[in-house]
Amino acid sequence: MKQILIFDKAGAFAENKDVAKTIRVSEIVPALDRGEEVVLDFERVDAATQSFIHALISDIFRKFGNDVLDRVAFKSCNDTVKKIINIVTDYMQEGAGPE
Amino acid sequence: MTFCRDSWYNLIMKIHIPNSAFLGNIDPFLRGFDPSSPHTLEITANDKWISIHPVVLAMIAALGATIPSGNISCRKLEAKSRHYLVRMGLLKMLDIPSDINLVEHEPAGRFIPITRIKTSEELSRFITEMIPLLHLEPGQARTIGYIVSELARNVIEHAEAPNGAFLCAQYYKKSNSIRIGIADTGVGIRTTIARSYSAQTDLEAIRLALQPGITGATRKEGGTEQNAGAGLFFIKSIASVNRDFFMIYSGNALYKLLKKPASSKLRLNADPFRDRHSMEENIPSWRGTVVGADITLDQTAEFSLLLDAVRKTYKEAVMERVKARYKRPRFI
Repeated sequence: MKQILIFDKAGAFAENKDVAKTIRVSEIVPALDRGEEVVLDFERVDAATQSFIHALISDIFRKFGNDVLDRVAFKSCNDTVKKIINIVTDYMQEGAGPE
Repeated sequence: MTFCRDSWYNLIMKIHIPNSAFLGNIDPFLRGFDPSSPHTLEITANDKWISIHPVVLAMIAALGATIPSGNISCRKLEAKSRHYLVRMGLLKMLDIPSDINLVEHEPAGRFIPITRIKTSEELSRFITEMIPLLHLEPGQARTIGYIVSELARNVIEHAEAPNGAFLCAQYYKKSNSIRIGIADTGVGIRTTIARSYSAQTDLEAIRLALQPGITGATRKEGGTEQNAGAGLFFIKSIASVNRDFFMIYSGNALYKLLKKPASSKLRLNADPFRDRHSMEENIPSWRGTVVGADITLDQTAEFSLLLDAVRKTYKEAVMERVKARYKRPRFI
């Protein structure tokens, strides 16, 4: 299992999409490729923008399908962060398909 | 703003800072505005009083950055409140010398002077540093940080603005609100949206850009790996929930979300034309994008409720678009 501490990379206000991309490309996707489970730990993260969460996880839906949620868990999220993650996971699952 | 020809037959752009220009009454200021091909900028201001929204300052600063150094002049400012322009950093940003002494013991610290942001790193640093300047509660700081981040990242990623984003903000004690302005002189919304959607007019492009899940980066639902097309919808939603003003000006179009009566029911609309709004299509063209927002701090506790409403509206909008693409059975 791969555990990623978001605070260590993005701080208390997770808004930098470049940081999100780096986490996704260098940590999340390789772990999923290896068949590992991933835990995204939001301990001490007070807030995150929708853009940050989108840059962090949207592409894993495209690469691994909606079932990727069985292999990715979100830990220690406050209510606001949970809601933003829900928004992104909703539209990524509902909108999947051709243009 | 007007043009005139000086004795050297050069175009001179003149900008007049009125005594009052806030989001509710900014239209005359914008209508008098024409930034096309300026070589020289002359700034004048109301002699009695200057009371303007930060978005006006952001616009002037962004415009000033497109004009060669030394070609900007400012007539002597007489208004009693002229120190505001100094305090917000406008004259410094335009490289205009000033002998105005700042009045001490103003509502100090509760403003963000005009700041230019060109890179992602600058933005992250700015957000970290700006929060203490506004002395906000954590929940309020979150909302303001959210707005600044989404708006400035739009400029950095989509605007192709070599001069970057110009933004500033001011706290208003009487209304307990923060007013934010951000301006760029990039390619404008129509150019960005038209990469994926057909937008015949600037207003049509603004309408698309404000809808959840619409981005110039792709027509595919869910956006690209880096862009979802939700940033402006979120900002408009924050203003809508707070019953505040929000404006977006790009090309020759202005869309303005109007204040809602306190008694009105909270409802977010995916289509901005279904919100209580005003719009104009024939105002002078702004090359780039300008966004202004008022955020009443008393209401920011509703951020969590806002996210519930955003989730619902977003979901419905995506489903509607997906459904619109369904193949219909042929009954023969």
